[in-house]
Amino acid sequence: MTRTRLFPVVLAVLVATAASACGGSSSNSGTGRALSLLNASYDPTRELYAGINAAFVKSWEATSHEKVTIQQSHGGSGAQARAVIDGLEADVVTLALAYDIDAIQQKGLIRDGWQKRLPENSAPYTSTIVFLVRKGNPKGVKDWDDLVKPGVGVITPNPKTSGGARWNYLAAWEYARRRPGGSDDTARAFVTQMFKNVPVLDSGARGATTTFVQRGIGDVLLAWENEAYLAIAESKGAVEIVVPSISILAEPPVAVVDAVVDRKGTRALAEAYLQFLYTPEAQEIVAQNHYRPRDPAVAAKYASSFASVTRFTIDEAFGGWQNAQKAHFADGGSFDQIYKPGAR
Amino acid sequence: MRATRHHVLPGFRITLGFTLLYLCLIVLIPLCTIPIRTWTMSWARFVDVVTDPRVVASYRLTLVTSLAAATVNAVFGFLIAWVLVRYRFPGRRLIDALIDLPFALPTAVAGITLTAIYAPNGWLGAPLARHGIDVAFTPLGVTIALVFIGLPFVVRTLQPVIDDLDAQLEEAATSLGASRWMVIRHIILPYLYPAWLTGFALAFARSLGEYGSVVFISGNMPMRTEIVPLLIITKLEQYDYAGATAIALVMLLASFVLLLGINGLQHWAGRRLVN
Repeated sequence: MTRTRLFPVVLAVLVATAASACGGSSSNSGTGRALSLLNASYDPTRELYAGINAAFVKSWEATSHEKVTIQQSHGGSGAQARAVIDGLEADVVTLALAYDIDAIQQKGLIRDGWQKRLPENSAPYTSTIVFLVRKGNPKGVKDWDDLVKPGVGVITPNPKTSGGARWNYLAAWEYARRRPGGSDDTARAFVTQMFKNVPVLDSGARGATTTFVQRGIGDVLLAWENEAYLAIAESKGAVEIVVPSISILAEPPVAVVDAVVDRKGTRALAEAYLQFLYTPEAQEIVAQNHYRPRDPAVAAKYASSFASVTRFTIDEAFGGWQNAQKAHFADGGSFDQIYKPGAR
Repeated sequence: MRATRHHVLPGFRITLGFTLLYLCLIVLIPLCTIPIRTWTMSWARFVDVVTDPRVVASYRLTLVTSLAAATVNAVFGFLIAWVLVRYRFPGRRLIDALIDLPFALPTAVAGITLTAIYAPNGWLGAPLARHGIDVAFTPLGVTIALVFIGLPFVVRTLQPVIDDLDAQLEEAATSLGASRWMVIRHIILPYLYPAWLTGFALAFARSLGEYGSVVFISGNMPMRTEIVPLLIITKLEQYDYAGATAIALVMLLASFVLLLGINGLQHWAGRRLVN
């Protein structure tokens, strides 16, 4: 290709790139006509937010006569937080752990004290960790201490890569600590024993569910309650739920990303969207998707679909996510100790 | 170089300039961020991170399984390329098209499919498990996933070269009294070495960085079946960007040295052919 013919080609490519870049940014900053929100959420909320978004669009249009569109993005909770830190223009984040929202806050994109801005620790719905066992419960699994018995295969994802797996791990730890004579040492021994029964560590919660239900590996799956109900529906009764005596109160939190809404001018809409999650209408959708609603009336209505279980929060048991993360899942934490060479 | 020298293709300077600019934008600048991010940590911490026993175990797993997979692909990829070029049979075009599928398939799909087949209750996993061979969630499973994704590299680099190889050369050698082994040893292999090594190197390099298809079949057990890219993701999950890039840097340097070595070998094989 000669000099004269190459230049137009290069020029055309550059112009096209520049034009598309401008197009992208101008549509983002367009606040005048069509309002739009981006909600960055974690994986298992796909069905939940599909329902919530449709309901919110309708209710917003009825009250303010404005058209809105809600865009939805799903991924691993940590990956979503990193995407927002790296510049994903999400107006609101609805993640699995406060720890991931804390990470966004530490980069200055969300203001301090975000968890106090909305009711109930900014968690409009809760969940818990339950056991999924094979039909008829052939290994007779009833509570956490059955998971350390020899010959019981336990499936849980890797706590280093999966937010859900961290809840599983902390629930087992706290169970052991609350037994008579329990301490951090007995809890460490208990969890170490339990992980000797773990044959596979999937990288995410859905992967672990597939390993258990489709591949037929293991006898017990530690799972989110809502995932467990989905798995039962999909496996057509080949698995069933066992609710342990004590479990964790999982509070998946939500927050407005201040830096993004202030730049885009979408604060009012973003705040209304998160407040909508607490309305009876949204709480119904929450319950129908097997998350536990906060609203007392809705909770009473759906009481029969959730087993009663003693639940403790991360704040009570571990002094918050930052401490739990540091003690258990950071490099050199209690989880790493389990797999240290020679420790097994 | 003298200004009067004529090149077959005109525009040497502008094309070289464009090549360098393009490589900078697409390859060098993104790669530069790796050492820059790593720079934010102290030397002692860097050494701590990259020599952690778990990380070292993952280097070993990734290198060994990648080498094993590339070797398997080099042998069977050669066979497949040879059969596809040299013989005409019904369904040849179909098989030829199948070769590219591992390229096109999203790697996560490949990983889930392979896991389903090789899991202890899978089509191939069940009979193998009865003979005491576990595939899924072992290094063997990792190797199989890497064989799957690496196959097209060897076949596609060898095909045109085998096509170029004149069958008359072999006939001439045979008519001059060369045994089959001598024809392979002195005619076919020297001619194919460079392309073969290229295919091997490509398949190997691809395996080093492969994540999607492997995490499903590997089982991710610390010290046993964790691949390097998984540990990088693990660091990212803790927002430890520096730690993640430190491991990436070691991997990048190791791959670069290995590929440089393979390139050198190729150069040497190519020169031997000319002589």
